[in-house]
Amino acid sequence: MTRRADDFHAELARGVADIHRNPVEVALFDHDASTISGRAGVVVYPTSADEVIHVVRTCHRHDRPFVARGAGTGLAGGATPLDGAVVICLTKMNRVLSVDPINRFAWVEPGVLNLDLSRQMTALGHDLHFAPDPSSQQSCTVGGNVANNSGGPHCLADGVTSAHVLGLEVVLSDGQVVVLGGEEPEPDGFDLRGAFVGSEGMFGIATKVCVRLTQNPPTVRTMLLDFTSVRDGADTVSAIIASGMVPAALEMMDALCIKAVEEYVHAGLPLDAAAVLLVEVTGLVSDVTAQAERVAEIGRRLHARTVRVARDEAERALLWKGRKSAFGAVARIKPNYYLHDTVVPRRHLPDVLDEIYRIVDRHELLVLNVFHAGDGNLHPLLVFDKREPGILERVHAAGEEIVKASVAAGGVLSGEHGIGLEKRDYMSLMFSEIDLAAQAAVRCAFDPSGLANPFKVLPSPASCGDIQHVPEGAWI
Amino acid sequence: MDLTEFAEQVGPSGRVSVRGRSTRTVRRVDGVTIDRVVSAPSGIVEYHPDEMTITCGAGTTLGEVRQITADRGQFVALPGSGTVGGALAVGRSGIDRLGVGPVRDTLLQATFVNHCGQLVNVGGPTVKNVSGFDVARLLVGSFGRLGFIAQVILRTRPIPTASSWFVVDADWTRVTELQSALYRPAALLWNGQRLAIRLDGHPDDIAANAARFGLTALDGPPIDADGTLYRWSVAPTDVPAVIGSAGQQVWAEVGVGIVHHVMPQPDRRATLNHIEVRLVDEFDPQRRLNPDVVFPQ
Repeated sequence: MTRRADDFHAELARGVADIHRNPVEVALFDHDASTISGRAGVVVYPTSADEVIHVVRTCHRHDRPFVARGAGTGLAGGATPLDGAVVICLTKMNRVLSVDPINRFAWVEPGVLNLDLSRQMTALGHDLHFAPDPSSQQSCTVGGNVANNSGGPHCLADGVTSAHVLGLEVVLSDGQVVVLGGEEPEPDGFDLRGAFVGSEGMFGIATKVCVRLTQNPPTVRTMLLDFTSVRDGADTVSAIIASGMVPAALEMMDALCIKAVEEYVHAGLPLDAAAVLLVEVTGLVSDVTAQAERVAEIGRRLHARTVRVARDEAERALLWKGRKSAFGAVARIKPNYYLHDTVVPRRHLPDVLDEIYRIVDRHELLVLNVFHAGDGNLHPLLVFDKREPGILERVHAAGEEIVKASVAAGGVLSGEHGIGLEKRDYMSLMFSEIDLAAQAAVRCAFDPSGLANPFKVLPSPASCGDIQHVPEGAWI
Repeated sequence: MDLTEFAEQVGPSGRVSVRGRSTRTVRRVDGVTIDRVVSAPSGIVEYHPDEMTITCGAGTTLGEVRQITADRGQFVALPGSGTVGGALAVGRSGIDRLGVGPVRDTLLQATFVNHCGQLVNVGGPTVKNVSGFDVARLLVGSFGRLGFIAQVILRTRPIPTASSWFVVDADWTRVTELQSALYRPAALLWNGQRLAIRLDGHPDDIAANAARFGLTALDGPPIDADGTLYRWSVAPTDVPAVIGSAGQQVWAEVGVGIVHHVMPQPDRRATLNHIEVRLVDEFDPQRRLNPDVVFPQ
C-alpha cells in the first residue's frame, strides 16, 4: 500500500464509520447482477448524507473515482466499479423520512427497497403504492430505480421512475449538496431532476428522494389469454391499445417460458400454447368491467383459445407470480442466463420476435421470451451452461445481433435496464457523435471532474473528463 | 421548410430568437438586439395510434395535433393554443395536470438545433427508453436556452369515455377528505369556498361518484387557464395559506400546487445555479439562443 493510498484510507475513515478493505469482502462488490466484472477498491456504507458528503469530498480531494451502489441488482454493469473505484453502498440509508398521504408523496432515503416502500404505506394505513415495479422489486432500491429510471410491468399506464420522482437531494462529485425539483410542481430553471433520473450514478449521488405515491386501484381484473401463435398475441396487444385502452399491464410469455414457469410455480398455464398474454385492467368498477369485456372480445376475435379471468386475489397473485418468477424458473432449464432488454415499436413485435428466434437458432442457443408487450419492451432470455466451451462467445454474439435487430426495427437499446458498460459501445447505433456530445455535455455540467461512476454509458471520452483509456480489468 | 433548412436558419452565429404563435406569456429582456427570428417546421410527420406516438414539427399547432388525434380517439396532453414547440419550451401544465401529469412526461424524443446550427437527437421513439441520459427532459421548460426544438415524438393517450365537471362547497378539511376519497380525479380546483372537480372515465362511475359525494354538475372549468392570471408554483400543502392571503378570489390546483393568481409570485429565483450555468456554457457558450428571454422565469 502506498503512502498516498494510506492517507486516502485514513482520511476516509475519519468521516465514515462502516468501511471495508478486506480483499475478500471487497471482491464481492466487483460486479452487479450482470456478467461484467470490474475491481472495487474500498467499500463504504454511509448511514447519513453527511457521511456521503465526507466520502465524496475525500474522493474528490484524492482524485479517486467512486461508484454509488444500491442492492446491486442492475443488469448492465452500471454499478460495476472499475480501476479500484470506491464503492459507496447506500443500503443502510433506508428510512422513509416523511409521508404526505393526502398529496401523495414521500421523502425517502435511497436505500429503501422498492417493495418495502409500498409495504410501509400499507402498514401505515395508506392506500398508496410506489408505481415502478421492476421484477427485482423485492431487492432493488429506490436509489437504484432513480439511477436507472427503472420500469416494470405496471409502467405501461403509470410511466417509469422519472414520472414518480418529484425531487432529489444530491451530493455532487465535489461534495456540494443541491436539491433538484421538489414538492412544488414547476420549480424555476431547468428540469435538473429530470436529467438526473436515469443518469446511472454519473451525475452525483442521491441522498434523499421525493417520490410520488399512487392510489391503489379500487378494482383490479387480471386476465390470461392464450394463443397458438405469437403473432396473434402481439396483434391482440396492438388492437387493445388501438381501441383506446391503456391496461395497467400487458405482459407476454412465449412457449418455452410458459413451460419453465408452469413447472416452477404451477399456475395452471396452458403448456401447449405458443404465447400467453397477461392483461391487467384497474380502476373504478364500471370502467374495469367494460375494459375487461373489450379485452376478452378483442382476444377472441384475434384467435385467443381461452380467456381466463382471475377469480380472486389468490389466483391473481399466482398469475403474477408466474410472470415475476420467470427468471427463477429458467434455472430448471440451464444454470445460467443472459437477459437482454430492448424496445421496438409495438407494430414490429412479431417480426422482431421471429428474427430473435432465427438469431438464436443460428447460434444454437435457447431463448425464452417474457416481456412487457404493451410498451414493446422485449426481454429475450438466453439460457445456457457456461461450462460448455465457447458458449459465452455465442451468447454475446447472439445478444449483439438481437440489439442490432431491435434498433434496426426503429427501437431503442434499452427500455429499463440502462446502458452501463453492457451497451455503452452500442450507443452509436442509436446516436450520432453530435447526439452523444450533447449527452456528454450534460454529464460535464453535473460532474466536471468525471469522478462519479466513470466509463459508463458514453462510448467515447467526455471532453471535460479524464476518461482516456480502456479501463483495466474490465470484462465486457 | 424541413429540418435542415431550420438548422441553417439558426446557423452557427448571430443572436437568434425562436417564435411559435406567441400565445404564451414569455417575459423578455428589453434592449437585446436579435439578428434573426426563426420558426420551427410544422406538420404531422407520422401518427401511430396503436403505438400511442405522434411525430410532428415543433411549429405544428396544437389545434392540428388535437384534430388528427381526436379522429382516432386520442389526445396529446399539451395545454393551451399555439404550437407544440411553444408548449414544450414553456413547459407549463394545464389544469388537468392532476390527471394527465406534467408536460415533461409527454415528450419521448426531440430533434433540436444546437448553438452550432446542428441537428441533435435526444430521447427515443418508443414510450419506454433508457438509452443514454434523459436530455429531452431538460428541453421542456428551457425556453429555448439550450437549443431550439425542431421536431418531436410525443406520447398520445386515449380520450376518456366521459369527462364531466362538478362543484361542491368545501372548506380545506372537506377538500382533503375528497382528495383522499376520489379515485384519480382529473382536476381539483379550489378557491377557498368551492371545489371544482373534473372526473374522467366510465359514465356510470362518474355518476356514482357524483351521487356519493353530493356533487353538482358544472358546465366547464371555473377558470380559463389561458387567461392573463399569474401562475404560482407552491408545495401542495401551502395551497390554503396562499389562497387565504390572496385577498381576492384565486383558484388553486389541489394536489398539484399551481395557483392561478392575480399577483406575480414573490421570491422566485432570478439567476441560474452553478449546474445551470455550466449547462448553458456547454449548450450555448455565446448566449446566442433566445438571449432576449428572461430565464429562469
